[in-house]
Amino acid sequence: MREIRIHGRGGQGAVIASEILADAAFRCGQYVQAFPSFGSERRGAPVAAFVRLDERQIWARTEIYRPHGIIVLDEGLVTLKLADVTQGLQAGGFVLLNSARDPETFSYLGNFTVAVVDAGRIAIAHRLGSLTAPIVNTGILGAFVSLTSWVTMESLEEAIKLHAPIKPEENVQAAREAAAAVRILTAAGPRG
Amino acid sequence: MKRVLKGNSAVAEGVRLARAQVICAYPITPQTSIIEDLAVMVSSGALPAKFIKVESEHSAMAGCISAASTGARTFTATSSQGLALMHELIHWAAGARLPVILANVNRSLAPGWSIWTDQNDTLSQRDTGWMQVYCQSSQEVIDSVIQAYKVSERLLLPTMVILDAFFLSHTHEIVDVPDQEIVDRFLPPINIPFRLDPAKPAALGNLLYPDLYMEFRRKMDLAHEDALNVWEDVGREWAGLTGRSYGLVETYRCDDAEMVFFTAATAASTARVAVDELRERGVPVGLVRLRVFRPFPAALLQNLLSGRRKVVVLDRNCSYGHHGIFHQELKSALYDLPQDKRPHVSGVIAGLGGRDITVDDIKEMMTLAWDGKLGASSWWHVLPVGEEEPAAAK
Repeated sequence: MREIRIHGRGGQGAVIASEILADAAFRCGQYVQAFPSFGSERRGAPVAAFVRLDERQIWARTEIYRPHGIIVLDEGLVTLKLADVTQGLQAGGFVLLNSARDPETFSYLGNFTVAVVDAGRIAIAHRLGSLTAPIVNTGILGAFVSLTSWVTMESLEEAIKLHAPIKPEENVQAAREAAAAVRILTAAGPRG
Repeated sequence: MKRVLKGNSAVAEGVRLARAQVICAYPITPQTSIIEDLAVMVSSGALPAKFIKVESEHSAMAGCISAASTGARTFTATSSQGLALMHELIHWAAGARLPVILANVNRSLAPGWSIWTDQNDTLSQRDTGWMQVYCQSSQEVIDSVIQAYKVSERLLLPTMVILDAFFLSHTHEIVDVPDQEIVDRFLPPINIPFRLDPAKPAALGNLLYPDLYMEFRRKMDLAHEDALNVWEDVGREWAGLTGRSYGLVETYRCDDAEMVFFTAATAASTARVAVDELRERGVPVGLVRLRVFRPFPAALLQNLLSGRRKVVVLDRNCSYGHHGIFHQELKSALYDLPQDKRPHVSGVIAGLGGRDITVDDIKEMMTLAWDGKLGASSWWHVLPVGEEEPAAAK
């Protein structure tokens, strides 16, 4: 079983990202669960969404406490210490951030694989969202695919086309571009 | 076709496939997306039904009662305070023998305000004459909505299809959405024997004198007795069409179980994982999941649990002053067993107000019960064992 937590701000698309990721994994023949943090959501406030993936049927219906990977849609949650994004993250896990900075910037997060992609720039280039509030969720999922290979790019693209409320092609392009642009710092050193 | 759906969307898809004709509802978290989905289906023409917007849940049920009285297939959905506000008409729908289907997303009652899950909202409607089905997966939700129409229309009893807030309502997972053709074969158009005809308006008084009231209520109770068989029959028929089988209860690893863990809804799904882990440690534990709570399958449970050493009941609800409600009901059913066949029954109250019930929590409950550390009254999972009764209260 693989468990993923997605951090974002209300309105950024963290919940939709969890649904797209679950749908992509389903298309790869996996069992899936995706759910939001249980409660009310406010635009701009820190939010989280969760995904479980498994080769076998998933019976556990609980919240996720010990994820294998973290996706962060807004680096401000980390730099401004608005969310403890590595809470419960398993040893050997990854943190994938939407950031223009070098992955080394975030090595203080701990002994995890750190990956970055400038999903905001990519979203703006594809006119996804606005300049001040770009829609970064599809881009960062492309980066997730090249980081983990837990789902295929084809299945992600199909899932994006199904879930993106507008501009499906632009969202797919953003995912592809981010998949190529992700920069990875493993505990052993840089790659990608 | 298999799709990734959240529990609330599974409800709406089931209602669409059942070809409901009148939907009358009022929004409330965490149910709202059920009726939002249905509103979209009705406005797009995907579901040729009348969607009636009302100003309260009380009126929503009044709308369903009126429509069902003319012979229409009806649906509404609610949660918590909304179900409580409906209470007067919940009795009316059952007493009038109308096969209304209601999806309730379990949500805790205020105060303090809570939008999270527990079962006190639906269990407070226990004695209204409605059937109640507690689901553990979105697949079971869609299948149960479709089955509920068949069972309800055969018996002229209304049914609540019940799902946990968030753990089911907002969790996306894989659901095999049955083909319309299969559902049509399973569920014929509604055809109830007594109905009002709007083309022939009339005023009907229905004062029921003491010489007849009991006869009507006895028939309602007999319909519940029949319902035990009808749910099983309908479940077998559905299994023949879809391969998915549900009965009144579901058992897991019970064949040689000396201790049985008994619960309902999503906590039962999580409990499977705990059963597997304790089995690896050699604890002979099994699981019984209650699916249909009304009618209560007492004889079936007596057979299943006769001769077991221990039963531990997990309640995500409480009847303040006397145990968790499943705990009460199960103990009462097992009292009819001969003394040497009667298991020791203990209870745990956990997960109220949407607090998570983890695999570790359930393993702890099972271990304490196995070690003989749980008494006969329900143990509140917020306190260390033995501290549930302050000395002054004893």
